Amino acid sequence: MDLFLDTFFNWQIVQEAWPILWQGLKATLLLSALVVPLGLLGGIILAVLTTFPSPWVKWPLRVWVDTFRALPPLVLLVFIFAGLPFVGVDVGPWGAVAIGFFLNTGAYYGEILRAGIESVPRGQLEAARSTGLTRGQTMTYVVLPQAVRNVLPDLISNTLEVVKLTSIASVVALPELLFEARQAQSVTYNATPIMAAAVAYFILLWPVVRLLSRLENRQLAGRG
Amino acid sequence: MTGWERFTDSFFNARVMAQYLPKIIDGFGLTVVLALCIIAAGLALGLLLALVRTFSIRPLNWLIIFVVDLFRALPPLVIIVLLYFGLPNAGVELSGFVASWLALTLVLMAFSEEIFWAGITSVAKGQWEAARSTGLGFVQTLGFVVLPQALRITIPPLTNRTIAITKGTALASVVAVPDILGAANAGVSFSFNPSPLTLGAIAYLVLFFPVVVLGRWIETRFAWKR
Repeated sequence: MDLFLDTFFNWQIVQEAWPILWQGLKATLLLSALVVPLGLLGGIILAVLTTFPSPWVKWPLRVWVDTFRALPPLVLLVFIFAGLPFVGVDVGPWGAVAIGFFLNTGAYYGEILRAGIESVPRGQLEAARSTGLTRGQTMTYVVLPQAVRNVLPDLISNTLEVVKLTSIASVVALPELLFEARQAQSVTYNATPIMAAAVAYFILLWPVVRLLSRLENRQLAGRG
Repeated sequence: MTGWERFTDSFFNARVMAQYLPKIIDGFGLTVVLALCIIAAGLALGLLLALVRTFSIRPLNWLIIFVVDLFRALPPLVIIVLLYFGLPNAGVELSGFVASWLALTLVLMAFSEEIFWAGITSVAKGQWEAARSTGLGFVQTLGFVVLPQALRITIPPLTNRTIAITKGTALASVVAVPDILGAANAGVSFSFNPSPLTLGAIAYLVLFFPVVVLGRWIETRFAWKR
């Protein structure tokens, strides 16, 4: 038990490693603030494109979305980071993460927003258009606000997954929380920094999990 | 070399691909085995926890809720790293395969418990009361009346979540498991050519594309008509 506490909850190590961990935590927050809007942007583009009725738009989009939903994000990230430099395209860790998350997260947000748009009755669209709003205005002021509200739990849930997923950036040596924790561990020969990182993630994300758990229960219960 | 030749030589190099295809196929098998082990253990544990939760034993339920929240909040890679790189500092060595399996099983357990529980609570209270009043016991009511109805509505969210978590098997490459991505990475560093990564990406698409399409189909097939 003493060994366990000493290895995973060593207060002295926490104090030693804190400056590095704090740097990592800040990078993780910055990274999340970068990739969540990027993914949302990708998702909105995909979802709006799917509203075009032509099968020439619909099927390629579906294949695009399913491809990036089928490919594990880490595979995509490694491909961009370690594969592309061979043809002279070196975007660095931040660039690789930005592109990878735009493609992967965008596909997920796109699916969610598409479901949201489909949940808005067609009559709304027709009514808005008949009052003289253009297609773009109808989308922005009538359909999207309702669509977002209808799928809000899914959007929050996906955002939680995206923030958790930023930890894979450690694989391409981007100095975020998990990466810095590993660094600190290799210097101190003690697992406490990793445990501290886990605690930081938990403190950061627990409120979101609680909120989601309530929203989801309400959503499923409503269908009974 | 023109740009196009350089591109095909890098990403679709037939010689390198032929050389590393067997390794990628081995990795494919390992990914499938790991995924199946995670699904079996994760869903079983999730259902078990949800069933235990129906007995409404206060302290036990608090513990279940905490464990579920914990593994929903922690990034899977953090759990894998903690198990694989952290435990040895305390004298416990897990193989990369076991560490990945255990971590992702715990994550799937947490997410599926939440979904199973939501399904169980969605069954109307009248169903419980009616079943109990016909003389069925608590366990019989749960098993024959509530669960069959609950499981049906959990199928779409459960399928999607299981797919998402199963894709996390690629994380095992970080702890030296020669799964698809692990084999591809090794191939790239030996051949100094990224074609094995192309093969790896194709292997993942072969494995998961049908699953994603299936998930999409299940979502419409089992959707509740509102």
